[in-house]
Amino acid sequence: QDTQEKEKTIPPERAEEAKLKAKYPNLGQKPGGSDFLRKRLQKGQKYFDSGDYNMAKAKVKNKQLPSAGPDKSLVTGDHIPTPQDLPQRKSSLVTSKLAG
Amino acid sequence: AGAGGGNDIQWCFSQVKGAVDDDVAEADIISTVEFNHSGELLATGDKGGRVVIFQQEQENKTQSHSRGEYNVYSTFQSHEPEFDYLKSLEIEEKINKIRWLPQKNAAQFLLSTNDKTIKLWKISERDKRPEGYNLKEEDGRYRDPTTVTTLRVPVFRPMDLMVEASPRRIFANAHTYHINSISINSDYETYLSADDLRINLWHLEITDRSFNIVDIKPANMEELTEVITAAEFHPNSCSTFVYSSSKGTIRLCDMRASALCDRHSKLFEEPEDPSNRSFFSEIISSISDVKFSHSGRYMMTRDYLSVKIWDLNMENRPVETYQVHEYLRSKLCSLYENDCIFDKFECCWNGLDIVMTGSYNNFFRMFDRNSKRDVTLEASRENNKPRTVLKPRKVCASGKRKKDEISVDSLDFNKKILHTAWHPKENIIAVATTNNLYIFQDKMN
Repeated sequence: QDTQEKEKTIPPERAEEAKLKAKYPNLGQKPGGSDFLRKRLQKGQKYFDSGDYNMAKAKVKNKQLPSAGPDKSLVTGDHIPTPQDLPQRKSSLVTSKLAG
Repeated sequence: AGAGGGNDIQWCFSQVKGAVDDDVAEADIISTVEFNHSGELLATGDKGGRVVIFQQEQENKTQSHSRGEYNVYSTFQSHEPEFDYLKSLEIEEKINKIRWLPQKNAAQFLLSTNDKTIKLWKISERDKRPEGYNLKEEDGRYRDPTTVTTLRVPVFRPMDLMVEASPRRIFANAHTYHINSISINSDYETYLSADDLRINLWHLEITDRSFNIVDIKPANMEELTEVITAAEFHPNSCSTFVYSSSKGTIRLCDMRASALCDRHSKLFEEPEDPSNRSFFSEIISSISDVKFSHSGRYMMTRDYLSVKIWDLNMENRPVETYQVHEYLRSKLCSLYENDCIFDKFECCWNGLDIVMTGSYNNFFRMFDRNSKRDVTLEASRENNKPRTVLKPRKVCASGKRKKDEISVDSLDFNKKILHTAWHPKENIIAVATTNNLYIFQDKMN
């Protein structure tokens, strides 16, 4: 690290940081920061409201139910999750290929 | 076993388990690998919630050139996917960690955990069964009582070995956040489980309560700056444990000091050079694994780019630092964009003087603390002739690439080795690629 400073070259980490900031100028001021920590704690959160679901079912009997978008993991907001979107209990009979 | 350095040991391919095809089903992704205390059993857990246990063959005197092979011993579904309707939370069945209990009787016990629930599994062998019942036929059908004219005593007769796994304890509902570690205490009666913000102490016999021993949840979640990333009990001192954080610190706690160990007894942290600080500094300093040496005098931590050895008597800096893949420092921008910078690599000891950890492109690295030599090896089906010594690999960081070297830009970042394990007594290692398990042994003779 010392020799790099003397050579007046930018340390590789700083150069990478500059690249990132150039691509995403609005990236949080706090380095690393609690944004990604909170995202980590929220892993697995899927929002399902049975009231909304049943209302939607009643209203759109003859129409298509809102179906899962291409990104199934972002089930919040406008999209009403359906029981089909939720993880199914998997059969316990599927053996690991390591045991094959 | 164990004398000699990372380069002095000649590692040879022994076995590989798992599917050959490149199309990896998500359930088959290996999420943990662990030898038991004797090394006779090797357990793996996967994203599909399944545990597969391999058993080492007894050594064959005529095959003195290799140690026993590992064959499937038992396999079972440990955890199933769940949905917590109250909290709208999907609970993955992925096995985060497996830890073996020391063997006390004929049966084997292990703890396996997903994000929320820890289970104690008993694995036992059955090699005899009772035959000669009076009221039942051998196939279980009931006999017509009028045909029973004599009485006999059922006897045990040998049968083909059957290995049964049954859940003996379920330790549930004690973690709001995601469990990252479990560690069995040297008293062999208690164990800890750690999630992002809390650590709990359990008794192996008691499932309806646990003691909270560390709680770093801030009163206001907006103030959250740090999470717990790993925790482990000291191998000999039953009141001592350590936990690592996303900020690169390790805290050692002594349960004799207080019931709630929020105040550490020791804080291990390497001072940072402020002129080197960047957006990535904190992310790459996050410790993904912490492991004590067998003696308990040292501990090893793994952060994104390096492995550090700490002397428990010295808190202000590690005694040794080994670079795993320093050439990635100038790739941090793209590694952040593809999320690889958040990959959690584990590390392991041979117990004393050699440490091992994984990297990308199915490479794994070993560092010899004595000779200071290191080696890069590859887990690949191309090198799969038994007793052929693995050829060391080299990554070319910049400049002209020599023959046999691989350039940084050619590395496959989808081929990660996150989990490795070292046999407790011999030079046998288990290395998990995405969905395959490789076993390597040192060359004998």
